[in-house]
Amino acid sequence: MAMEAKEIEDMIVEALPDAQVTITDMAGDGDHYMARVVSKEFIGKSRVSQHQLVYKALKGKMGGVLHALSLQTETPE
Amino acid sequence: MSEAQDFIENTVKSNDVVLFMKGTKDFPQCGFSGLVTQILNYLSIDYTDINVLENDEIREGVKAYSDWPTIPQVYIKGEFIGGADILRDMFETGEIRTLLDTKGIAYSVSEQ
Repeated sequence: MAMEAKEIEDMIVEALPDAQVTITDMAGDGDHYMARVVSKEFIGKSRVSQHQLVYKALKGKMGGVLHALSLQTETPE
Repeated sequence: MSEAQDFIENTVKSNDVVLFMKGTKDFPQCGFSGLVTQILNYLSIDYTDINVLENDEIREGVKAYSDWPTIPQVYIKGEFIGGADILRDMFETGEIRTLLDTKGIAYSVSEQ
């Protein structure tokens, strides 16, 4: 059972309310997404910590039902 | 600490560059793991590859160790650096070379 792009976006925004999230379904199978996330929360954080914030927002789905989510995290201009 | 955590800790502390991956550096068995081996091989970095498919305790243990939910995972001088995304980004921006220089890791770019 894969996940819908909208479900991923909602979970990220729930944890990072200011986040702008763009999700691309890379393989059309609902299991290989690319998510670009822009949020103030990332300011001053290493890439690893930024990605960990997003993984926490996905409450354990990452690596489980969601096999592959490529992440691009950025701070607002 | 569990046996798996001991193994992980010892491995990352006693090897400069460690890649926990699915498969081996010569036969990666997952696209993301394969991507990281390509980057490390391209930079001619000497690294230790650990095939997590051979041991489920290590496969799950390394995720807890770094608080990172997926494989592959790269460690340099005992520090968790990232997975496939981060390695790809660092490679594309050139940050990987700055990091390797800072950590004193030998690398060279093959000029084919």
